[in-house]
Amino acid sequence: MLTTAFALVFFYAPNDADQGFIFKIFYVHVPMAIVALVGFVVAAVFGALHLRSQESKWDMRSYVTIHISVILAVGVLITGSIWARASWGHWFVWDEPMLVSFLIVFLLYATYWPLRFSIEDKEKQSRYASVFAIVAGAFVPLNFAAVRMAESFTHPQTATTTTSAPASVTLTFLVALAGMALLFVTLCKYEMASKHATFRLRALRRRLAGDDDELSLTGRSAAPQS
Amino acid sequence: MPALPLDEAGKYVAAAYLVFVALLLIYVAIMASKLSRIERDVVELAELVDEREQAAPQARAKETVA
Repeated sequence: MLTTAFALVFFYAPNDADQGFIFKIFYVHVPMAIVALVGFVVAAVFGALHLRSQESKWDMRSYVTIHISVILAVGVLITGSIWARASWGHWFVWDEPMLVSFLIVFLLYATYWPLRFSIEDKEKQSRYASVFAIVAGAFVPLNFAAVRMAESFTHPQTATTTTSAPASVTLTFLVALAGMALLFVTLCKYEMASKHATFRLRALRRRLAGDDDELSLTGRSAAPQS
Repeated sequence: MPALPLDEAGKYVAAAYLVFVALLLIYVAIMASKLSRIERDVVELAELVDEREQAAPQARAKETVA
């Protein structure tokens, strides 16, 4: 799907009348940003489900979703900086609400692992992490709405960009967005399978060693236990 | 700001897409190393189980002799 999207970007979508060839960055930067932000909100939903059901699988899903979203957010910041440098002549524009708000969201989620690691008790760790995921997840749409309401002079808005653009631009953008969303789901599933395998192996090793103490072999970790 | 010429804009566009591919490759490489660690652990545990299975009949034989 992503390969199709990138093929459309370079062979089908036209160059922007204003920005020219530089506009091609839009098709990787914006889908990544949207998927990362939606990922944070989904992590909040998983956090709420964990608090409600006390099932560790929801904590694990919340953890993995935040992990992949933060990786995508790193990509958003770097590709955004490259685009800003090419379009505006600066790597980062500090008076642009969209950029600064995204940086704040990224820094907020960067504290997720230190928070988890600082709590030794696994039950408390997962509970506090879920509360963090919900609060931070609620902050994401609020922040987005606030930025939308703020007057912006430089950063283009995606909705206006895609609705006023030719059909080829909209189609390419939608395919890129779908590809990015599928990549996100695939990476989440991949990481979740890896984490489950690791924990099952640890449990098996504990059983073989006849050890009942959970922390004796695993040690302190920010990762949830499932 | 006027649009950059293609030869200059191309560098930025290539850099942005390379960043995306690099992030993906780094992630996959880290996950592959974790997977190989899991594989090593599986082999180690399988050996441990084999050792136990071999030791179990010998222990039972000693018990019956005693």
